[in-house]
Amino acid sequence: MSERAYNFAYLDEQTKRMIRRAILKAVAIPGYQVPFASREMPMPYGWGTGGVQVTAAILGPDDVLKVIDQGADDTTNAVSIRAFFARTADVATTTDTREATIIQTRHRVPETSLTENQILVYQVPIPEPLRFLEPRETETRTMHALAEYGVMHVKLYEDISRHGHIATAYAYPARVAGRYIMDPSPIPKFDNPKLDNCPALQLFGAGREKRIYAVPPYTKVVSLDFEDHPFERTKFEAACEFCGARDSYLDEVVTDDRGGRMFVCSDTDYCEKRQAAQSRKAAE
Amino acid sequence: MYVAVKGGEKAIRNAHRLLADKRRGRRELREIETAEIEEQLALAVDRVMSEGSLYDRRIAALAIKQARGDLIEAIFLVRAYRTTLPRLGFAEPLDTAAMTLRRRISATFKDLPGGQVLGPTFDYTHRLIDFGLDAPAQTETPELAEAVAETSPRVTDLIARDDLIEREARPEAGAPVADITRDPLAFPAPRDARLQNLARGDEGFLLGLAYSTQRGYGRNHPFVGEIRCGEADVELFVEDLGFAVSLGEIAITECQMINQFKGGDGHPARFTRGYGLAFGQSERKAMSMALVDRALRADDYAEERKGPAQDEEFVLSHSDNVQATGFVEHLKLPHYVDFQAELGLIRQLRREQDGQPEASQQEAAE
Repeated sequence: MSERAYNFAYLDEQTKRMIRRAILKAVAIPGYQVPFASREMPMPYGWGTGGVQVTAAILGPDDVLKVIDQGADDTTNAVSIRAFFARTADVATTTDTREATIIQTRHRVPETSLTENQILVYQVPIPEPLRFLEPRETETRTMHALAEYGVMHVKLYEDISRHGHIATAYAYPARVAGRYIMDPSPIPKFDNPKLDNCPALQLFGAGREKRIYAVPPYTKVVSLDFEDHPFERTKFEAACEFCGARDSYLDEVVTDDRGGRMFVCSDTDYCEKRQAAQSRKAAE
Repeated sequence: MYVAVKGGEKAIRNAHRLLADKRRGRRELREIETAEIEEQLALAVDRVMSEGSLYDRRIAALAIKQARGDLIEAIFLVRAYRTTLPRLGFAEPLDTAAMTLRRRISATFKDLPGGQVLGPTFDYTHRLIDFGLDAPAQTETPELAEAVAETSPRVTDLIARDDLIEREARPEAGAPVADITRDPLAFPAPRDARLQNLARGDEGFLLGLAYSTQRGYGRNHPFVGEIRCGEADVELFVEDLGFAVSLGEIAITECQMINQFKGGDGHPARFTRGYGLAFGQSERKAMSMALVDRALRADDYAEERKGPAQDEEFVLSHSDNVQATGFVEHLKLPHYVDFQAELGLIRQLRREQDGQPEASQQEAAE
C-alpha cells in the first residue's frame, strides 16, 4: 500500500468528523471526559495516539505544527510524531512556539505564552483524575456526575498529614470552570497555572482510554488545594546553565559520577530564543 | 562542556536501519518467503488474524515477517492496517451448523450426528522433539476422506431440542450489532460487545483467566459441548438485490461450552452456555474465550462475582494486548519532567525532615 492510499493526516474523513463531534462536546462541557471511538494508530497506545488523533482531526493544510515531548522538539517521540504529520499531511512544521498554530505536547506546557490563534493538544495516558482512588469506570463516572469529589480532598489531606505537603508533583488535579475535576495530563504542577485563563484552546486526547476533554479559551482552571495549604508552584533554586532563565522549568542533567549536576531549560525553544537574544545583545 | 543529548532524527533513522538488518539476519541464508510463513507457521498466522481482527492470511504472514516473529507486534501492524479499511457492511450471522468440518470433537457425547472428527491436532502427540525436522525431509501426503460437508447439528442445538440448555437469544433480523472498533466500550457491556472484545483479546490473558475459573476463582463447571474447526460461508445481504450473496469462506474454530445448570424458583433446571470463536485453528483461544464469556455472565444468573474472570471491567479493560503492550512499553519514553518534579518534591521533604524532624507531624496535628 502506498502512502497516497492514506487520507490527508492519515485518518479518514468520517473518523475525523466523529472526533470533531467529540471535541465540540468537550468544549461545550469544560473538563468533562467525552468517550470517543478511538482508532488504532500506527504508533503504540501510550505513545500519544490520543493526541495524534485530535491533531489529525483538527489539522488543516495551512496549519503550522509543533510537537514537543518533555518540553523539547528533538526528543525521539516528538520527532517521530512530527515526521508522521509531515509525511501524511504534508503540513509545515516548526519548533518556534509563536509560529505554530497547533502544538501537540507530552508532559509540558510551553514557557512562551500562547495566543487565541493557537491550539494546544495534550497527550493523555490516564484521563481519569480519580482512577487511582477508584479503579472502576462505572464508579468514577457517577462520582463526576454527582460532583462527588470528597475522596480527592481526603487523599490530598492525607498527603499533608503524612508529608506536610500535597505529595503530587505532576498530573496535579484541577477544577475546570467550577465544575469538573480534571487530570491536566502528567505535566509538572509548575505548569498548572498556565492552564488558567489561557487564551488558546486546550484539547486533551487519551487514545487507549478513548476519552477527549477540553479547556476552552479563557476558562478558569483552579489547582486543588486547601485554604491553609494553598497550591504552590514548584520553584527552582538553580538557573538554566545555557540561558540563565530563572522562570522556566528545568531538567536536571547528571554531569559526572561524583554528584555533579547542572540544570537546563526543559523548553528547548524558549532556551534557544533566549540564548540567541543574548548573543545578539552581546554583538551590539 | 557536557551537552544534554535528547536523541533525534538521525538516531531514529539509524535504529530503523539496524532493525531492518536484524530482521533479514545473515545474508548467506535464503530470505523467508511470506507464502512459507502462511503455510508452515499457519497457527501463528491464525492467531495474528484473530487478535488483529482481520481475516487476511497474506497480510498476517507479512506482518509476522516484518515483526521478526513477534506476534503481538504483528497483531499491532495488522490492527493499524485494518483500521484504515472502509466498512462496507455487516455480514449475516455465520451458520456454523452448515460449515465444512475439518475437525469436530465433543466431550459430552461419545457419538453424535456428523460424528467425532479428530483432524489435525497436537492433542495425542508425544511432545518429543522431532530431530528429523532439522533437515528438509519428505513428508508423506496423507489420504484424505471428503470433508464432512452435510449439516452437522451443533451439540448445543441437540440439547436445546430437549429444552435442557438455555435458549440462545435470537437477535431480531436487521438489529444493530455492537462494533467495539467504532464505539467506545461502556459498562455494563452488552454480550455482543463483550464477545468482540474477547475475540480480539490476548490469548495468554484469556487463557490465564479461563484457568483461574477452573481453580475456583469463579467456577462454572464447564464441559466442552463441542469444538469445531473448518470453513464457514460468509454472506452479505445486498439491499439492491434483496437477498444475501456469498462472499467466500473463512476458516474458523468455534467452541460451545456447556456449563453449570441453573433453575429453581419455578424455572426448570437448564444448562448454561459459554461461547468462543476465533479465526483459523485456534482451539486454546476459543476455549478460553468460552470459559471467560460464561464467567462474565454472572449477573445473568445472579451469581456472586468473586473471581477476576467474572469482573467485567477488569477483564474487558485489560484483554487487548495492543493496548497493553503500548502502555506498558511507553514507560521507555522519557519521563524527565515528571521525574524531576518528584525528585524536587522528595528532596524538599527530606530537607524538612532533616531540619525540623517534628514539622510534618505538628502540621498534621493543627
